[in-house]
Amino acid sequence: MMSATISQEDVYHALEQVMDPEIPVLSVIDLGMITGVDITEGQPVLVRMIPTFAACPAVSYIKDNIRTVVEKALGVAVTVEIDKHVHWESNRMTAAAKEKLKNFGIAPPPVLEGDVRPEIMLNTPCPHCGSEHTYLRSPFGSTLCRAIHYCKSCGQVFEQFKPLE
Amino acid sequence: MISNAALADLIIKMADDELIQGHRNSEWTGLGPVMEEDIAFSSMAQDKIGHAWALYRILHEHLGGEDPDRFAFMRPESAFKCAHLVEMPNGGYDFSLMRHFLFDHAETARYESLQDSSFEPFQLLSKKIKGELKYHTLHANAFIMQLSKASEEGYARMQTALNDTIALAAGIFEPSAAHEETLIAEKVYPGEKELYHRWLDRIYPVLVNASLNLPDMDSITPAYGGRQGFHTTYLGPLLKEMGEVFNLDTEASW
Repeated sequence: MMSATISQEDVYHALEQVMDPEIPVLSVIDLGMITGVDITEGQPVLVRMIPTFAACPAVSYIKDNIRTVVEKALGVAVTVEIDKHVHWESNRMTAAAKEKLKNFGIAPPPVLEGDVRPEIMLNTPCPHCGSEHTYLRSPFGSTLCRAIHYCKSCGQVFEQFKPLE
Repeated sequence: MISNAALADLIIKMADDELIQGHRNSEWTGLGPVMEEDIAFSSMAQDKIGHAWALYRILHEHLGGEDPDRFAFMRPESAFKCAHLVEMPNGGYDFSLMRHFLFDHAETARYESLQDSSFEPFQLLSKKIKGELKYHTLHANAFIMQLSKASEEGYARMQTALNDTIALAAGIFEPSAAHEETLIAEKVYPGEKELYHRWLDRIYPVLVNASLNLPDMDSITPAYGGRQGFHTTYLGPLLKEMGEVFNLDTEASW
């Protein structure tokens, strides 16, 4: 095994190739799902991750993806663990990720300062035309992490990645 | 040292509420009055069943309980500790919506209190769940207000639904004769009586905004019994249906 020569940076670099199955333009790094990487000689590389929503059905799929992609990229054994001490909040998502999300047609979550209040779900900028003349149609969309909005300017329904504390 | 039996009692009643309410919510899939409501109840079902699973897992990992799937699907009815409220059939959308409103505010009050629990797994879980519940109560509040203000019929139906569900909902806060004092003394949670008052403080402003009248809470008889394993006639058939696939082959790997 070559594990002694592998750095944390190599692992994070490999993790950039692990995409979210529901939003394939975002990696687990973009989403802020990775909470730590431990490299101990003679042991599998340990990657710690957190799900966005507690009941996210894609979690075991993502865990498997992390393991296989990193193992293939670096040629070392990898263990993936759910980190129970950190919880995901939408502020963990990088600014670059929010840009990619918007270009993919999903409105990104606003930066949260304090709690989620109903008002922040109103006037969400439309990812298609940029108008803020929009309203929340339902806080529940096609996946647990998305809400449905309607744009009164361009007449399109769009989804938003929900802000989460 | 917190008593394991007391902790298990609390976890099981919380988890069973989530599991059964989750299954009732899932019964709206494909049947919602509008598509968004169909999706909303399905999403909330997924959340609740996920929360039940997380709680059963805490029981399994910290208190030596059974594997979560087996625990959820292989217990006899009398071992379930869910409240009567969640066992009730969905009825019309008015009943289901009012139940969702009352239940999710009760849940929110409970998880908010668990952030300060002396039992660490509760602290970690409550932070996560509390954020998700924001969306459940946002949804419930919006629809309670819209339907109550929409028309005379809407108003009358929401008031009737409130009158029909309030005693059942008060049954959520049935204290445990054996464990309540221990759990409060050990600072695991503030106790059912305290949560009941926090719940009333949460629902009251929304009901006022919707011009709905909260029945006199001193005159109702809370539907107790579920926490002790005494259930309505609706739970048995639901458990049978829920466990039907699992029980075809209990050793199968999913």
